[in-house]
Amino acid sequence: MARIGFERLAHAYPGAAGYALKPMDMDWDHAGAYALLGPSGCGKTTLLNIISGLLRPSEGRVLFDGRDVSSLTTERRNVAQVFQFPVVYDTMTVRENLAFPLRNRGVPAAAARARVEHVAGLLGLSERLDRRARNLGADEKQKISLGRGLVRGDVAAILFDEPLTVIDPHLKWELRSRLKELHRQVPVTMIYVTHDQTEALTFADRVVVMSEGEVVQVGTPEALFERPEHTFVGHFIGSPGMNLLRCAVEGREAVLPGGHRVGLPRAYPALAGRVELGIRPEFAAVSREGGLPVTLRRVEDLGRRRIARVELGGSPLAATLPEGMPVPAEPRLVLDPARLHIYADGRLAAGSA
Amino acid sequence: MAKPRDDRAWLLVLPVVALVAFSALIPVMTVVNYSVQDSFGNNEFFWNGTGWFKELLDPSTDLGGRFFDALWRTLLFSALCLLIEIPLGIGVALSMPRQGWGVSASLVVLALPLLIPWNVVGTIWQVFARRDIGLLGAAVNGLGVDYNYAQDPLDAWITVVAMDVWHWTSLVALLCYAGLRSIPDAYYQAARVDGAGAWAVFRAIQLPKMQRVLTIAVLLRFMDSFMIYTEPFVVTGGGPGNATTFLSIDLVKIALGQFDLGKAAAMSIVYNLIVLAVCWVFFATTTRRESEAAR
Repeated sequence: MARIGFERLAHAYPGAAGYALKPMDMDWDHAGAYALLGPSGCGKTTLLNIISGLLRPSEGRVLFDGRDVSSLTTERRNVAQVFQFPVVYDTMTVRENLAFPLRNRGVPAAAARARVEHVAGLLGLSERLDRRARNLGADEKQKISLGRGLVRGDVAAILFDEPLTVIDPHLKWELRSRLKELHRQVPVTMIYVTHDQTEALTFADRVVVMSEGEVVQVGTPEALFERPEHTFVGHFIGSPGMNLLRCAVEGREAVLPGGHRVGLPRAYPALAGRVELGIRPEFAAVSREGGLPVTLRRVEDLGRRRIARVELGGSPLAATLPEGMPVPAEPRLVLDPARLHIYADGRLAAGSA
Repeated sequence: MAKPRDDRAWLLVLPVVALVAFSALIPVMTVVNYSVQDSFGNNEFFWNGTGWFKELLDPSTDLGGRFFDALWRTLLFSALCLLIEIPLGIGVALSMPRQGWGVSASLVVLALPLLIPWNVVGTIWQVFARRDIGLLGAAVNGLGVDYNYAQDPLDAWITVVAMDVWHWTSLVALLCYAGLRSIPDAYYQAARVDGAGAWAVFRAIQLPKMQRVLTIAVLLRFMDSFMIYTEPFVVTGGGPGNATTFLSIDLVKIALGQFDLGKAAAMSIVYNLIVLAVCWVFFATTTRRESEAAR
């Protein structure tokens, strides 16, 4: 249990040009559930390995409860980590596997036994405790890996490195909810690395979105959805992602492709660089009247909603086709003015009301 | 659809049959034939039935006593070689670098003894261990230890075992190293997170992952040391006395030294059967253990 802090933390792999992790300062709350979300190669596993001590950062410090742990080994940091691919100790039974971290730390046998049985129960492994671990399927092997992470009651943090990659889809939900449940029972900081937004958004209280070695936004799932601070967040989160249109901003109005003007909720100063208007498909609706004239390209039926792919002055957009509405002959696009965001060079521009 | 049948296809295996016949069947049957006959030279043979075998397997006879003495010596030699080479090879593999230029350097150094022909190894050690001019022998004697492999049986044993360890530990080390290299990094990282010390890592990860290659290493080293001939023959010639006369050396003495073809043939058949039996037992136990483990 610990607050985790980063001070001017950065990492460059030896021999590689540039940072794998760009300098950053952050503070994570005690007992929070965090997800590190980003595409492959964005630096999220690097950050995780720095927290666990498997990797020593080339710059800056890692603090646990204000104490500098940058130079401490993994063993001394008292963290647990679960890896992408299951690691089981082949010659041991499931029970011995789960007890391994406790035995190495000299936990008394009786206490260890109780703890192992508790964790096995949580993960649905009770029936298999005396089986040899090597003969189990990938799902169950990964449950054992998870179990070894959870079995120590006193850890500062539990780190998960894409732990559900090898798990069957129907079990993913189950395991994720068990992890959530466990987090509610035991107040321990959990850090979960994933490239799957559903996993991140359902697991975490706070999602740390990373792109190209940089933390682009830290926020609740709602904040990431409603107010992306970076075009990358807008695009990466949501399905389909946020629409981004090149535009020019003049005070309270944006000039869109094709010369259309829309009113903005805030007034903006003169913006430099690449200026874009962002609107999520959920807040852009196809309509028979009002709004802007668009060309409809196709309609995708996602089951519970329909997405219309339209073009506005030559730029493609995704919009919502309201339920029950037939495809209009002359479609118009209505944008919810409160949900419009302006980005300059990828970053959310601050406007004034 | 019926396929055309043409029994002339059998003719295609004839070359292999001929090759196997000339390289294996005929020589083996010649030995079997010798083993049931007695010869007094002049290419005259007399039927002796199972006489040689009875004599060979009865330790109270001359031939039997000699056979069992050589057999125990050979088994002791194999046991010593395995006991030293397997742990030493594992140790060497564990201490080898895992990346950088040191990897290729240590691989080359380890491979060197394996590339030297048996009789050259024998010659190297024959000279190396000599008390008068050998670097090792003279140095040891210079330190005040009375060491002479040509006269003292214990010294002779130490020399031949040391020679085998020198020659073949590399093989065990290379096999183990290959086994170690196949362990993904995540295992070591997980073990560090689990707080495992070096011994726990060895027991929980490295040894189980090396089990397959170790099985091969033990089998190869047993077979090789059990059938060793050239190296001790060059160094000690089986002496002093008969102290280092292993089965293969004794066999050659009987067959070519005394020209007792019948006795030698019977002995080589029993020798061969022992090797086959040990191989089979070894194979059967390891495969059974693996299928049990897979259950």
